[in-house]
Amino acid sequence: MNKIETRDLSLFYGAFQALIGVDIAITEKMITALIGPSGCGKSTLLRTLNRMNDLIDGVRVTGNVLIDGKDIYGEKTDLVELRKKVGMVFQRPNPFPLSVFDNIAYGPRTHGIKRQSELEGIVETALTHVELWDTLKDKLDRFALNLSLEQQQRLCIARLVAVTPDIVLMDEPCSALDPFATGKIEELMFELKKAYTIVIVTHNMQQAARVSDRAGFILLGRLVEYGETRQVFTNPREKQTEEYITGRFG
Amino acid sequence: MSLLMKLHFKMSQHTKQRIAFTILGLASAIVIVPVIVIFAILIQKGLPAINCQFLTAMPRMGMRAGGIFPAIMGTLYLVAGTIVVALPLGVLAAIYLVEYARQNFLTRMIEVAIVNLAGVPSVVYGLFGLGLFVIFLKLGVSIAAGSLTLAIMILPVIITSSKEALSSVPHSFREASLALGVSKWQTIRCVVLPNALPGILTGTILGISRAAGETAPILFTVAAFYLPRLPKSVFDQCMALPYHLYVLSTQVPNVKPALQYGTALVLVGMVFLLNFVAIVIRARIRSRKQW
Ligand SMILES: Nc1ncnc2c1ncn2[C@@H]1O[C@H](COP(=O)(O)OP(=O)(O)O)[C@@H](O)[C@H]1O
Ligand SMILES: [Mg+2]
Repeated sequence: MNKIETRDLSLFYGAFQALIGVDIAITEKMITALIGPSGCGKSTLLRTLNRMNDLIDGVRVTGNVLIDGKDIYGEKTDLVELRKKVGMVFQRPNPFPLSVFDNIAYGPRTHGIKRQSELEGIVETALTHVELWDTLKDKLDRFALNLSLEQQQRLCIARLVAVTPDIVLMDEPCSALDPFATGKIEELMFELKKAYTIVIVTHNMQQAARVSDRAGFILLGRLVEYGETRQVFTNPREKQTEEYITGRFG
Repeated sequence: MSLLMKLHFKMSQHTKQRIAFTILGLASAIVIVPVIVIFAILIQKGLPAINCQFLTAMPRMGMRAGGIFPAIMGTLYLVAGTIVVALPLGVLAAIYLVEYARQNFLTRMIEVAIVNLAGVPSVVYGLFGLGLFVIFLKLGVSIAAGSLTLAIMILPVIITSSKEALSSVPHSFREASLALGVSKWQTIRCVVLPNALPGILTGTILGISRAAGETAPILFTVAAFYLPRLPKSVFDQCMALPYHLYVLSTQVPNVKPALQYGTALVLVGMVFLLNFVAIVIRARIRSRKQW
């Protein structure tokens, strides 16, 4: 079964239609990349998957988004449960102005875990997962905003891992990072893929080609092409995809 | 007019600039001078009156001797009561306006009302407090009625500064928290409020320092003319510094000026201390804030 599936998904910001009849099926434990020129609706599509668009006034969504077969825009959806399951990493690293430890413990704590020993275990596991444990294990009380940007982004991923999501949405997670740090985060994505379904938005074509198993090309709110990454990049079916990939526009 | 124009033409840019600077400098000096003069006079004439007895003893001989202890304590009680009422109410209102309210007619009306409330003269608050708390709600002339009146008076300040503090917490913190499956209310409590707290406190202290110094709102609601004992409960009257000062200056004949100036100095000192605390808090946030 598809992990995520959208059916005729449209989204309106007031009168402006940002997504037009998107149908996409995303497979479990794979990395799916969404590419396309800036402003085409990549972030908007990503944010429909954990309903972060609900925070914006005047947003209207039609169509369905099924996660594990359940329509998340249905009436009975518990937003808190949905977002526990579908986590998000943002474009700019956004750790809380707290210590490293408190950043990671924040999610579990608010979800009711109070025992210090348990929290310590969670923090260690999460930091190990993002390969920060060795660097930071003696500096857990460091102020998170003093870390390097790459470490901050890793910390944000660790913070997410700590609430054990199922799906990880990443919105241009490397755009604030230098190429070296970007490479490191990409390696981390391969590691995370073993446990999570990852959907990543990127305007960096090389990155999409390097990390993703499937790729979707979006243009002006429509999903123009979607398929195996290799096929989309080497042998696109649509002329617009080819033009974009060969750098004719965008 | 024509003379002015001629002057205008003859003067070089440089001279004009110097004249402008001089005028601006004078304007600022005119603002500062009264503050310095007031302080100098208060200290010169009031400091001799201030001693341990003045601060800790009851007034005697129809307030012509003794201390101002009940007035100091009364003002402290009033300030405490005002915080207890105004802080939660103001912060909750600000949270509603910033985090929950949609931009519609009602919200705009509320915002306009808050701005207008801030401009209402304090004596109007006093009469309002008399009508609502003292008479209608039957609280009587009491600390409760006075605190409530002062609280209403400073609510606009607290709401406005809390709103600003809440809005200045980056949106990305809220998103990060919500995306972890944390509920909106928990996000506000655990992420937004702690980061807005210093700003909220600064506004509160400024409001409180105003509440401590006002006479009109407490005139009909709590202040006792002469009550040489401490209040027994929140339903008791009490003396208060600003009103006591007013009484000493205009209502009691033959009061030693040192007593009046001493009282004024204590009051101004308390207000300054509160403002100073606010400034320190704000400076500490500025140095810590990295987002
Ligand atoms: N909050 C919003 N209100 C109105 N329009 C928006 C909003 N967010 C995005 N848009 C518009 O929707 C379109 C898609 O935006 P977005 O999904 O952010 O693009 P991308 O991530 O592909 O760069 C853009 O034209 C943008 O201007
Ligand atoms: Mg985007």
